[in-house]
Amino acid sequence: MTRTVATTEPAPPTGGAGRRPAPRPRRFAALRGGPGRQARLALVLLLPAAVVVFGVVLYPAGRALVISFLDVDSPFPGAYPFVGLANYTSILSGDRFWIAAEHTLYFTVVSTGAELVLGIGLALLLAAPVKFRWLLRSVVILPWALPTIVNGAMWRWILNAEYGVLNSVLVQLHLQSDYRSWLGTDPFLALNMVIVADVWKNTSLVAFFLLAGLQTIPRELYESARVDGAGPVRSFFRITLPLLTPTIAIVLVLRTIEAFKVFDIVYVMTGGGPANGTQTITFLTYLQAFSAQRFSVGAALAYLTVLAILVLAMIYLRLLRQNEMRAV
Amino acid sequence: MKASRRYVVFVNVAAVVVILVVLAPFAWLLYSSVVGQTDLLSRPLHWWPEHWTLSRYREIFFGQGQNVATEFRSAMLNSFLVASGTVVISLTVGVLGGYALARLRFPFRRTTLFAFLVTYMLPPIALLIPLYLLVARFGLLDTKTGLIIVYCSLATPFSLWTMSNFLGALPAELEEAARVDGLSRMGALFRVVLPLARPGIVACGLFAFLLCWDEFLYSLIFTSTTNAKTIPVAIAEFTGRNAVDFGLIAAGGVLASLPPLVLTVVFQRYFIDGLSAGAVKG
Repeated sequence: MTRTVATTEPAPPTGGAGRRPAPRPRRFAALRGGPGRQARLALVLLLPAAVVVFGVVLYPAGRALVISFLDVDSPFPGAYPFVGLANYTSILSGDRFWIAAEHTLYFTVVSTGAELVLGIGLALLLAAPVKFRWLLRSVVILPWALPTIVNGAMWRWILNAEYGVLNSVLVQLHLQSDYRSWLGTDPFLALNMVIVADVWKNTSLVAFFLLAGLQTIPRELYESARVDGAGPVRSFFRITLPLLTPTIAIVLVLRTIEAFKVFDIVYVMTGGGPANGTQTITFLTYLQAFSAQRFSVGAALAYLTVLAILVLAMIYLRLLRQNEMRAV
Repeated sequence: MKASRRYVVFVNVAAVVVILVVLAPFAWLLYSSVVGQTDLLSRPLHWWPEHWTLSRYREIFFGQGQNVATEFRSAMLNSFLVASGTVVISLTVGVLGGYALARLRFPFRRTTLFAFLVTYMLPPIALLIPLYLLVARFGLLDTKTGLIIVYCSLATPFSLWTMSNFLGALPAELEEAARVDGLSRMGALFRVVLPLARPGIVACGLFAFLLCWDEFLYSLIFTSTTNAKTIPVAIAEFTGRNAVDFGLIAAGGVLASLPPLVLTVVFQRYFIDGLSAGAVKG
């Protein structure tokens, strides 16, 4: 922001204040307009966006909070008893929530971590002198564009217990004696397979984000490091990684928020099973509200998610602001 | 010099490995959609199919009556209409609002931007329950209009944010020159700023399109029939029914992926620029 203001400021006149060119004051006024006029125009321009967004968001967001303090057990309007924090306390004292929280945490930490590590490698590769770089870039961007549900259905088919291609390949290569169920019997294995599918898709996005960050690092730094006798490993840890840290931090928080909300891929790959082993918090919320019609419990669960995401979002915005400072 | 050649060999080998890892699942999806059912269900798989067939695609495109294939077709159409409607609306309001945020000085500018961003970060699940009750009350359940309204609330904060970043990065001098030449502020916006901002607008529109094409949770709850059901829901439902017709799921998956994949490859430059704008400028 400060930058745009600085460029519109008139340069200090060199020939003394008396020789200021005549049209400038008029031009200045025409450009800026009165502060009141600008504010009015801004209001007019922002109004449509505000209607579209807040018209749909504000009431439900407030209403969900209210519902979480009531005991709503049907989709029809009516008078429902006020139960205070009872929904929250019953959620927090039950096992299901903590088990789902554990799955969510595991999914978030492992998938985000893997995507970050692989993403850094992939970003370096995308910037490296590869023969058909355009081809590599076009291919790497593809998983990101694949719809999440198609990705889930595709991996579900690849991992199929009776006809899946993964089983077939592993058996034919004698790496595995017989077909096994990847998603159907062992809850922990199933959760890890969901992570594999998620990492396969989202590493692509992380890599392109990081590539953008990589390209802002001045080349001269690497050259002078080479002159000083630093090898590629050393210059990676001394130059690339430190200078990439702001981008890494942003990507990390964004991916964490996304992973924390995970629902689609679980829904299509495992449906929360086996033995609820892949049930995440969003999935549990969905089940409570739309299968069990316990809308209030669902709303309370949703608000617990909101709290967690709000904390992450605060971190994100703080990081953004720090980056903005650095850029200016 | 020798180390550097080793490095070149290494990165090229790594690139080939990455390309294979990325393309293999895609290839399997495509393969599954064009070979016969018996080839898919053989155990272990033989690697050259006995039958090639396009019958599943034919069924989806030209099939009659009420079955999964025709459901895929109407779901694709719904997805397309809903995503296009959302893109047009959210881009229009996003450009106007983004311009105000980027160029005008007014009280609570930062707060306004922050408020929009917060809604972008709200998890959909938090709004889902009351929104469902609300949409039901207005009789918009299972309609494309209802879905467009909800999707606009998702896409607009995003387009507002990207457009304000993009417009803010354009040189202000051009706009000022146009204003000196007698154009009004709006005139300058439409005749000078927007043509310059075309790459940003294209990238933003594409992102919004993909966002809608990919959206699942709202569509799952708000739609129930071919009236408004979108393609992710159709595929998830069919997959969940534990059907054995994997070939048809694969064909549906290929078709559902084509629009986003083609758009992404064709407009790759814009996407990468858009991503960089997001990553570096915030």
